[in-house]
Amino acid sequence: MKVTIDNISIEVEAGTTILNAARMIGGEIVPPAMCYYSKLQGSGGKCRTCLVKVSQGSEKDPRPMPKLVASCRTTVMDGMVVQNITSPEVIEARKGVVEMLLINHPLDCPVCDQAGECHLQDLGYEHGAAKTRYEFDRRTFDKIDIGDKIQLHMTRCILCYRCVFTADQITDHRIHGILNRGDHSEISTYIQKAVDNDFSGNVIDVCPVGALTDKTFRFKNRVWFTKPVEANRDCETEGCCGKVTLWYKGEDVIRVTGRKDEYGEVEEFICNTCRFDKKKTADWVIEGPRKVSNKSVISSNHYDTLKPLPVVKTNPALQEANKEQFERETRL
Amino acid sequence: MGRKLLLEHINVPGINTFDVYRSKGGYASVEKALKTLSPDDVVEEVKKSGLRGRGGAGFPTGMKWSFLAKPEGVPRYLVCNGDESEPGTFKDRYLMTHIPHLLIEGMIVASYALGAKTSYIYLRGEMMPQIRILERAIAEAKNAGFLGKNILGTGYDLELYVQPGGGAYICGEETALLESLEGKRGNPRIKPPFPAIAGLYGCPTVVNNVESIAAVVPIINEGGDEYAKIGIGRSTGTKLISAGGNLKRPGVYEIELGVSVEDFIYGDDYCQGIANGKRLKAVVAGGSSVPILPANLILKTINNENRLMSYESLSDGGFATGTMLGSGGFIAYDEDQCIVRNTWNFARFYHHESCGQCSPCREGTGWMEKVLHRLEYGHGKMSDMDLLVDVSKKIEGNTICPLGDAAAWPVASAIRHFRDEFEWHVTNPSVAVTSNYGLAHYADPLPKPEAAEA
Repeated sequence: MKVTIDNISIEVEAGTTILNAARMIGGEIVPPAMCYYSKLQGSGGKCRTCLVKVSQGSEKDPRPMPKLVASCRTTVMDGMVVQNITSPEVIEARKGVVEMLLINHPLDCPVCDQAGECHLQDLGYEHGAAKTRYEFDRRTFDKIDIGDKIQLHMTRCILCYRCVFTADQITDHRIHGILNRGDHSEISTYIQKAVDNDFSGNVIDVCPVGALTDKTFRFKNRVWFTKPVEANRDCETEGCCGKVTLWYKGEDVIRVTGRKDEYGEVEEFICNTCRFDKKKTADWVIEGPRKVSNKSVISSNHYDTLKPLPVVKTNPALQEANKEQFERETRL
Repeated sequence: MGRKLLLEHINVPGINTFDVYRSKGGYASVEKALKTLSPDDVVEEVKKSGLRGRGGAGFPTGMKWSFLAKPEGVPRYLVCNGDESEPGTFKDRYLMTHIPHLLIEGMIVASYALGAKTSYIYLRGEMMPQIRILERAIAEAKNAGFLGKNILGTGYDLELYVQPGGGAYICGEETALLESLEGKRGNPRIKPPFPAIAGLYGCPTVVNNVESIAAVVPIINEGGDEYAKIGIGRSTGTKLISAGGNLKRPGVYEIELGVSVEDFIYGDDYCQGIANGKRLKAVVAGGSSVPILPANLILKTINNENRLMSYESLSDGGFATGTMLGSGGFIAYDEDQCIVRNTWNFARFYHHESCGQCSPCREGTGWMEKVLHRLEYGHGKMSDMDLLVDVSKKIEGNTICPLGDAAAWPVASAIRHFRDEFEWHVTNPSVAVTSNYGLAHYADPLPKPEAAEA
């Protein structure tokens, strides 16, 4: 089937969604997705950031679709013409959605562990306005510990339902869901029951914002000061692939996560033993440094600045400590 | 006063019992359909009648039925949507309370037409009395051989169940209703697939409003062509209107579509005018989610024609100067009602009832509610009106289900038509909390430039 997205045509299989077709093309024209997760069945359609305009339904029926559609849940038809960034209507609607997502978000990025790898942060930076028009108190919730390893900070949640689908599909039984309705709905477990099974930690990886965080990593470090390294181990847990990213600070592994692709989706889910208990280099077979997009803030510390900072130049003690770097500078 | 098809015997004592209902010619359509017509014939009659969905959207019922997928070996379901919870609409409850057998008769005929062996009536959780009434009526019908195995010896089996919901407005949306019926959280599903392909338990399903299903009875009794003669244009048949607000005689009326709005408000057969000798200020013509119109625009269209109670005439002028028939929740406001307060009240309702799935609706309804609350209590700003219009535009059309649209339209239309009153709330905050704006120019005869340009 032939589909044209922002004037770029591609052949895809029947049943492919517009979003996945756009991801095959790649680049600027890929709509952002906050709630869709390709590894989770039934996810998507909720956050409305991936709205696109279908200006021609198909070859047979060239009428445009009356409303903007969620590209993550709309399958392509032969000869479909889709407008994403070329349609001002889409840009406007997406801007509206981003504004809506942010009005109740605490914007506590400076103290949030997700900062630097947060999709909402990227989205807000790309589409959001510099100021808010919302002049009321933001919705807040108390922090909840679900189990001893995961903390839920509902105030930051954008209700993408990804963690609910994860609990449904990856773990052996559903442990949490959505309580209440509308803007007071919240993710919760039944009477704060601990989430306890081998794969519960994956809810941290799928969370697009900082609502579900790893308690073994909380406040340990900013992600852009850590160095991601790919590693693997033979994991005995059934269903765990054992392929992870280790996040190093100096010599210490301070966090273990699944390997995420360029859309922030883990390639394969990992078990809690790998995630929380194996934090020694000796536990792992190191594969090599992880490639991080040069657009990401995480990559910023991984390419040494050739010019030392001004404070180094004036302080002899620091000059001594950075001797190696000075030598490299002169060598280059 | 026009013909009554649904409420003809409403005043007969004991019409809620099987025996009295049967003696008044009840269940004749079941006999006629099951014994003389094939299921396709029934669908054909309903198509010919031009019956349009009475729940609000006005989609032709016969067409909806003919879209139903009929794969081999998969059960099909008919679900009756009795989750009526739109503010201003109370017609289905009235019908189910007083003539429950009419609905059951319609359910049998419609299920037969669709080939459904199991059908459900989904009621809002608050309607406990109606649930008991319907369950008793079902038991009576079953006793008389109109439900269960081998109905009337024709070999057709049908089981009918009443299922109470949890009382959420969103469960009136057909896919949310199906989720709720399946025992899940009532979140609307993403369409496609439509329920006609994959509905209840993944099987082909038709969801119809209570009144639509009840209207099948007179259609079968009299034939689709006869039914189509009633009404005007593509708005055929009769419609139950729940008239409320500041009317002298509010209540449920069965009208032939095509009665003029003026006649409906002031006519002796209908509401008999505005209560306490006051003047009409505004009307919400079809339940809280349709655009509100000032008195001058509800009585006449922008081209100065009489506005009629029909799908087409009420929507004449589009969203700029028209409204919608919706579910028939007709709310009249007299000159002492505050439109800002009313709009806030509606926004509060939608804020409370948003399911929280789509971000624009979840966050936007709350935002609008807060801004309107501020305006109503005298803390508003001049820029708030533009903000409200902008927020409503950001919600409208960008959500999975129509609740987002329903939340956006009343706010956008109130500001479009009653901007003066909103501005007055900003400029006279202290007066606005104690008294109200009054009628102003909202009943002046058309054409009025501010109405025409809006």
